[in-house]
Amino acid sequence: MAEKIIIDPITRIEGHLKVEAVVDDGEVKDAKSSGTLFRGIELIMQGRDPRDAPRIAQRICGVCPATHSVASTQCVDSAFGITDKIPENGRIIRNLILGSNYIQSHILHFYHLAALDYVDVTQAADYVGNDPTLNSVKDFIGRGELAPFFPRYEGDYRLTKEADVAALSHYVQALEMRQKAHKMLAIFGGKMPHNCGVLPGGVTEIPTVDKITSLLWHLSDIRDFIDNVYIPDIIAIAHAYSDYFGIGQGCGNLLSYGGFDLESTEIDPAKRNRLLKQGAVSLSDVLNLSSLDTSKIAEQVEHSWYDAPGNGHPSETKTIPLPDKEGAYSWLKSPRYDGKVYEVGPLARICVTYLSGDATVKNLVDSTLSEFDAEPTALLSVLGRHAARALDCKFVADAMVQWVQELKIGEPVYYDYTLPEEGSGMGLVEGPRGALGHWIQVKDGKIANYQAVVPTTWNASPRDNNDQPGPIEQALIGTKIRDPENPFEIVRIVRSFDPCLACSVHVLTLKRHTLGEFRVL
Amino acid sequence: MASEIQEYPVIWLQASTCSGCSVSVLNSVSPSVKNLLIDQIVPGKHVNLRFHATIMAASGEPSIEIMEDTAREKKGNYILVVEGSVPTKDGGIYGSIGERGDEPVTMLERVCSLAKDAIAVVCIGTCASFGGIFGAKPNPTGCRGVKEVLDERGINVPLINVPGCPPHPDWFVGTVANVLLYGLPSADDIDDINRLKVFYGELIHDNCPRRAYFDVGKFAKKLSDPGCLYELGCKGPITYADCPARQWNDGKNWCIKAGGPCMACVEPGFPDLVSPFYQKTTPELTLTIRKDSDGKLYVEQGIAAAPTIG
Repeated sequence: MAEKIIIDPITRIEGHLKVEAVVDDGEVKDAKSSGTLFRGIELIMQGRDPRDAPRIAQRICGVCPATHSVASTQCVDSAFGITDKIPENGRIIRNLILGSNYIQSHILHFYHLAALDYVDVTQAADYVGNDPTLNSVKDFIGRGELAPFFPRYEGDYRLTKEADVAALSHYVQALEMRQKAHKMLAIFGGKMPHNCGVLPGGVTEIPTVDKITSLLWHLSDIRDFIDNVYIPDIIAIAHAYSDYFGIGQGCGNLLSYGGFDLESTEIDPAKRNRLLKQGAVSLSDVLNLSSLDTSKIAEQVEHSWYDAPGNGHPSETKTIPLPDKEGAYSWLKSPRYDGKVYEVGPLARICVTYLSGDATVKNLVDSTLSEFDAEPTALLSVLGRHAARALDCKFVADAMVQWVQELKIGEPVYYDYTLPEEGSGMGLVEGPRGALGHWIQVKDGKIANYQAVVPTTWNASPRDNNDQPGPIEQALIGTKIRDPENPFEIVRIVRSFDPCLACSVHVLTLKRHTLGEFRVL
Repeated sequence: MASEIQEYPVIWLQASTCSGCSVSVLNSVSPSVKNLLIDQIVPGKHVNLRFHATIMAASGEPSIEIMEDTAREKKGNYILVVEGSVPTKDGGIYGSIGERGDEPVTMLERVCSLAKDAIAVVCIGTCASFGGIFGAKPNPTGCRGVKEVLDERGINVPLINVPGCPPHPDWFVGTVANVLLYGLPSADDIDDINRLKVFYGELIHDNCPRRAYFDVGKFAKKLSDPGCLYELGCKGPITYADCPARQWNDGKNWCIKAGGPCMACVEPGFPDLVSPFYQKTTPELTLTIRKDSDGKLYVEQGIAAAPTIG
């Protein structure tokens, strides 16, 4: 029996997105993902001073603004021809700013966006003990006004009472930890969200012993939390919901731009030595890693509300909205790599870094897989994405300890340059949510064209010119829906990608086969 | 005991936004976010956050039902918080929140219908207050600040702006606490663009730790240099906010202290009238940008002496 389920909007993600899926006989037969907000930042960029680009670009996203500021800054650096002139201190501080934001974003995503799909808040209702947090949760529940934690889907909360209560206490602790990561970022970034520290030429703050020590102690507390709370919680949830290692596989192709520069001399970001490695890998190609070729990136718009002059490479493409376009269903374009659909994110870059032979990542991944007696392909799943995100968080946080100590007190952080009249540039980084690219063209000292291809555009993209569904669409298709009135599977799959869009998911009927219709309550 | 606590329903709508204002509020230290969500924010009063798409457990139709039920059942008694500017071009088709009868409901329609029956509207951030980044030229989606949108449609409701890109969490929490403790602010408490004077009453330039450099004409010549940032484009001389005293991220740092020129992110002219950000401020911009009752921007002489050097 075909059923019509409407879930609109999907909450606990960032921004505005809608996904439609066709369900028949308890299984998702088809799915469509569409962005429901057009803001036009790329158009707003045009005609501005290129030095302003990072400040405007980071306002693309308030959750990962530091990532956009770094991508945009590297893009402008390359347009100005000063990529290899950035002082070592500048390179390291940019990494520390980017890393601090990784940590805050990953902690926020797991505890405050995803966890309520797995953790039952009501288990604290009859708490007896002296934990002030749990006692205030108990009082809150007792008053009976349960927003924003109710209503919710019901019928599939599987943790033990003790584990639920512990996770609830960690939800509150995690609020402090993500806040601490922002404080850590502000030490060199000035403030968060929307830092003022990262800009073309380097950064603004010269290291002092005071800043270095402060950063180290913030980092130390956060690493304790990652090792002793975050990763154990992921493992506990994975044991209780282990079937989710087999749900939401997706397209099976993974792409990483690489992140965290370990050198300043190589101009090409595809070749630069980075902590997280660059590359593309495909399940269908027995996990052979191929090197990143940026000429293979193209944005397709067949099913997007845009006109598309040019060949689709972001260095040439323009953003021309066409809200009435026939056959279109999204404000997102469809970025493709070598014409194929690729997933981006922590899972992609952890796999790419693993296959590049990084011993630390190999050890982290292997020990996690052995905990579940699982094959590497199990990583391509809802739980695989959550696990990869947690390992990514640990890997970056651990690396930061060394970087802080490499800073040279009192040494330069900024290279003073002359503003050029012409130039074009590309900035590629890995943001918390995956591969992020910014492209700029400068003419007469002004921005002539600007394009940003963001991670969620890859993951939540609509069908492309060849009608290939995007990664989230593919992850939904084929999923069994146990209870259409409480479609946990859909929201858990969508949230495992950590989409950066407030999102709505529709599950539509197969044409002419509507036998029943529900509103999900 | 439970009945002694008064519940204040809040609907938090995200329009054309980057969500940075919400993330900034998550940086509130005192009260903590836990205090804000589940405890009494001021004695005997609890903020009952009925709708906030980034935080709430509910998804889909139930989340929209809560929003619409709250507006109906608590008519005239709920606070509407708007984050982000409102796309108005082409009937507002560039942004929607949820659906009604399979048709998307525009952000424009949501803001107007929810504002009409609210006890007060709090505009968090420069986008909701004045249009902000997403309303910057060429303003492809016709984004406007909430007050402009409501005024144009004759919707009269008490409105407080809490601008900033993003605003400091204390400015937002303090504004809400002000309403809960003392009711809506009096005309004396707010400036002519609906900001609480307690947070936006003083010029950054007057309280700037680099002010002594300005007074003796010691200017930073390049970024990362010590000295006053005026010649690198600092908008401290035209910007009203208490950043120098309050500082950001639990007092860790703030823009000018970190060597970043102030970009006037709390002002109605942000970003168009105050950019290029890194170009020395022109004499016209040593004046204060204000908005008249028709929503038109104009400039007036700042309270502090305009910089005369350079």
